[in-house]
Amino acid sequence: MSLLEREMPDVVMTPGHIRARKLPIVVSLIIAVVAIAASAALVLGTGIGNWVLVAVIAGILYLVGLFAAATRVEGRRAARNRIWKGLIYAACVLAILPLASVVWTLVSKGASRLDGSFFGTSMNNIGARDPEGGAYHAIIGTLEQVGLATLMAVPLGVLGAIYLVEYGRGRFALTVRFFVDVMTGIPSIVAGLFVLAFWVLIVSPWFNNGTPRFSGFAASLALTVLMLPTIVRSTEEMLRLVPDPLREGAYALGIPQWKTITRIVLPTALPGIVTGIMLAIARAAGETAPVLLVAGGTAAINFDPFAGNQSSLALFVYQQAGDASRYAPARAWTAALTLVALVLILTIAAKLLARRTRLTR
Amino acid sequence: MGDYPSRSADTNAGGPDVTGRHARAAGTGVSPRLPGVPPLGGGGALPTKARFGVESGFRAVSTAAGAMVLVIIVAIAIFLISKATPALRADTQNFLTYERWFPNDTQPHFGIAALAFGTVLTSIIALIVAVPIALGIALFLSHYAPKRLATPLGFIIDLLAAVPSVVFGLWGRDVFLNPVRDFSLWLNEYFGWIPIFGGDGPFGRSILLGSLVLAIMVLPIVTSLSREVFMQTPGMNEEAALALGATKWEMVRTAVLPYGRPGVIAAVMLGLGRALGETIALALTLGTVFNISFNIIQNGGNSIAANIANTFGEANATGRGALIASGLVLFAITLVVNMAARAIIYRRREFRDSAA
Repeated sequence: MSLLEREMPDVVMTPGHIRARKLPIVVSLIIAVVAIAASAALVLGTGIGNWVLVAVIAGILYLVGLFAAATRVEGRRAARNRIWKGLIYAACVLAILPLASVVWTLVSKGASRLDGSFFGTSMNNIGARDPEGGAYHAIIGTLEQVGLATLMAVPLGVLGAIYLVEYGRGRFALTVRFFVDVMTGIPSIVAGLFVLAFWVLIVSPWFNNGTPRFSGFAASLALTVLMLPTIVRSTEEMLRLVPDPLREGAYALGIPQWKTITRIVLPTALPGIVTGIMLAIARAAGETAPVLLVAGGTAAINFDPFAGNQSSLALFVYQQAGDASRYAPARAWTAALTLVALVLILTIAAKLLARRTRLTR
Repeated sequence: MGDYPSRSADTNAGGPDVTGRHARAAGTGVSPRLPGVPPLGGGGALPTKARFGVESGFRAVSTAAGAMVLVIIVAIAIFLISKATPALRADTQNFLTYERWFPNDTQPHFGIAALAFGTVLTSIIALIVAVPIALGIALFLSHYAPKRLATPLGFIIDLLAAVPSVVFGLWGRDVFLNPVRDFSLWLNEYFGWIPIFGGDGPFGRSILLGSLVLAIMVLPIVTSLSREVFMQTPGMNEEAALALGATKWEMVRTAVLPYGRPGVIAAVMLGLGRALGETIALALTLGTVFNISFNIIQNGGNSIAANIANTFGEANATGRGALIASGLVLFAITLVVNMAARAIIYRRREFRDSAA
């Protein structure tokens, strides 16, 4: 019998297998059951809380009991390891609950009005007692505003990223890059206020005989401000991933720099750039605050983004949420489900597209 | 790629003349241009660099696009200030210390003390709730979860970051309100002697509800950034800790967390920036009362952005100016927070490419 077997008989050591004393799983299960029972007796017996408090106190008792048992069997350090593992798992469970609740509520409450009339009619002439009404005008508004914003933001963003990667040198480029990052954090309401102050209150009266005018185009301007940093950052990352020998081979063949960029570098980085653009579109589609401030919101269909108030899907959800009608919550939830579906489809498509890029970090 | 100059994150890495070579390679002749002398190189002259050709045009357009970013930020500041000043001049009270909000009266008196207080309080509480949980999830995804579970879960967390805030606000008001109300009643009954849980008023649409909804919204951002940071811990550090006999938690505590601290701080500050600017979720869940109170469970609470969303519809010209002034304050606060966060990221070169 070796010294090890004499001194510590329950430690098993063979060439392929080293095992120290471990707390059996049964013991931890027993501790869990005892904790739940004790907590239930304590809480429900004295009536100081409901099942939520039972769960919380049971969790605490379980961790305390586990620590005590593990200290006796395995040692302090191993016991601490178990406790932290338990806390980390608890954090995950705690976070999953509300997120699962959001998803569940979206699907269950949003399915109530998923019918053709919801997507085909607007809220024009719908009173507080009318159960009909839909989001057609809002969907048109979202599509037009986001479309215009994409048309404005994509060239600006891609060219800006080209500047940062290919032409930018020195302090100015560093400043631009720093402020692009800072711009990602601008709150959407500040972008809306900016377009309100600039476009709606100062510029639009020039075209409208002196009175300020809300329009879908103003919302597009605000969405452009919000989309721009995302597009610049992701395009810049993808352009940096294009290998240098590709560029230098082109230069060696006498191709000018602008042609190299447009014909060789951009097409190589294209899947990644499109991914970034789709993520920016997904963010813009969900923005409520800028549309609330500068597009005015309306119940009628308006196909012209340059004249007259327009609504958008996110604004529609917000307005129906604040509406006192009995039928408004159903409309709000269905519109929310539509909006989330739109955003998720864009995001998932963007992430799947990102896997197809040949460039790796 | 041994003898090629590498295009690293720092554009000046190779020295000032490395990338200049590319521009020059576009086709300037090496020989000097003397007037009246035919170009060297024989009949097949080297291509000359046109003065107003496509190359310099494209370069100018790109530079202009890059400069637009700075122009936009400066324009935001300028136009907000220009539209806010008339309202600020019409204000009969001190804008920074007055609590009430009546800009539409004939004698406008309004101030952002209560609004700024509510904004900062809700954001801080949201961070206090969200950051430990987010770090726990990030550690789980990077170190504790099996690989086959970690990738889809990380994907789902990224998707949740894309859900619009109006959905969270709607859920908070319709579904989460009653549990929070019950929780507030319980807190008031057993912990009412602590000032923040005191009071007898109606409970529900309170700072607590707004902060919890905000925490749920900030969670995915902090989680995904922290997870990227934790996954970048050098394997050597982790294995060295394990080889010295550390348990898994000790390895995390000594190798992963200290390495990731700047990245985590930056992620938290970015989450703070988002929480400060959140509009719709707070507009739907806060009780919109203009006072400064640390009681977080009573109906009340207001934030700058939520106030703008709620009162914009009925504001007259001075009212709009007042809202723009409050937006200017919000812009300044988020600018400072974001600049600090980015400065922390930039100091750590490794995180430069992975920052959101």
